[in-house]
Amino acid sequence: MHELSIVMGIVKIAEDETAKIKENTVAKIELEIGQLAGVELDALNFVWESAVKDSVLEHALKTIIEIPGKAICADCNREFYLNNIFDSCPNCNSNFKGIIQGKELRVKSLEVI
Amino acid sequence: MCGTCGCGSDTNGPTILKPGEHNHSHDVLHHNHDSHTHTHEHHTHEEHTHTHNHSHDHKHKVLEIEQDILQNNQVLAARNRGYFEAKNIFTLNLVSSPGSGKTSILERTLSDLKETIPFYVIEGDQQTLNDANRIDAIKIPVIQINTGKGCHLESDIVYEAVKKLEIKNNSILMIENVGNLVCPSMFDLGESKRIVIISTTEGDDKPIKYPDMFYTSDICIINKIDLLPYLNTDIEKLKSYALQVNPKLQFFEVSATTGEGMEAWYGWLKENI
Repeated sequence: MHELSIVMGIVKIAEDETAKIKENTVAKIELEIGQLAGVELDALNFVWESAVKDSVLEHALKTIIEIPGKAICADCNREFYLNNIFDSCPNCNSNFKGIIQGKELRVKSLEVI
Repeated sequence: MCGTCGCGSDTNGPTILKPGEHNHSHDVLHHNHDSHTHTHEHHTHEEHTHTHNHSHDHKHKVLEIEQDILQNNQVLAARNRGYFEAKNIFTLNLVSSPGSGKTSILERTLSDLKETIPFYVIEGDQQTLNDANRIDAIKIPVIQINTGKGCHLESDIVYEAVKKLEIKNNSILMIENVGNLVCPSMFDLGESKRIVIISTTEGDDKPIKYPDMFYTSDICIINKIDLLPYLNTDIEKLKSYALQVNPKLQFFEVSATTGEGMEAWYGWLKENI
């Protein structure tokens, strides 16, 4: 379950950032997770509690901003939304595309006390 | 708790062992446990002198971080990649579900080419030295990473294994990842190319069931083609699904058991070193 690694990465970022300003409690954390990022939100929520225990995030309120998948077709230049990484262009049916959003896996902001 | 192995302490952590070694200490590389120390530095107000104008308003402060969660792994992967490029080590990250035949393909490839190409191998499994022992039997320098409860390899532990393996310049490093068609897809190890292996017994729709792994790979080896007469697997359908996910994938159809198709794969290896 790589979601555990993901959460531990989030904990590390929060610990590092709060240490820089000598704070030790995060009240809120905002995450941006793309729908094509390969992260199962249920699994992430499942491991969250045990992973953040005894860290600056232990009592943090977590907000996840989901970012829909979007690509640009390499053949006809059409921009389109996609639910799966393998969705083809709705205009010309090409599989050649560049994904322009939806792969995000980012700590957007921390609110510290 | 450790992010890679999921353990609560150091006792279950990842280990790096060469065949024949019996080092059971688990302190080889524990993933940044030091970053989880918790020095809860509370403001001891008594320490402030009265001339020190320190504001104690505990207002909430918002830090705009905008940081990629996998950044740590990516930075370390870039370090690995630089090291490999400087030493001209062509590195392949072999990924697949368990049982697709990664180790068998490796054994056959190494046996057939070891006289002409210097190979090194890193084996990744949750437990046992079984795979490292198989590679060691054909006299190829090998090291085993046991991830404990971890489901994939990450750049930092690969870096430690590479140092211990003492890889010579101008060689090929094969990293056999933990058998898992999901988790390893997100973790760049600094490899030159990623190779996804799928066997004919797994069914032809795996590429769209587990698209991330096929999306992030450069090469797809389809193994166990000798079993096709006994299966309902449609290999053309499998390839078309895989191309739907990643139109740039290059295929090799092989049987590590009979050796069929291996020459084309060897040709690609020789061309790319």
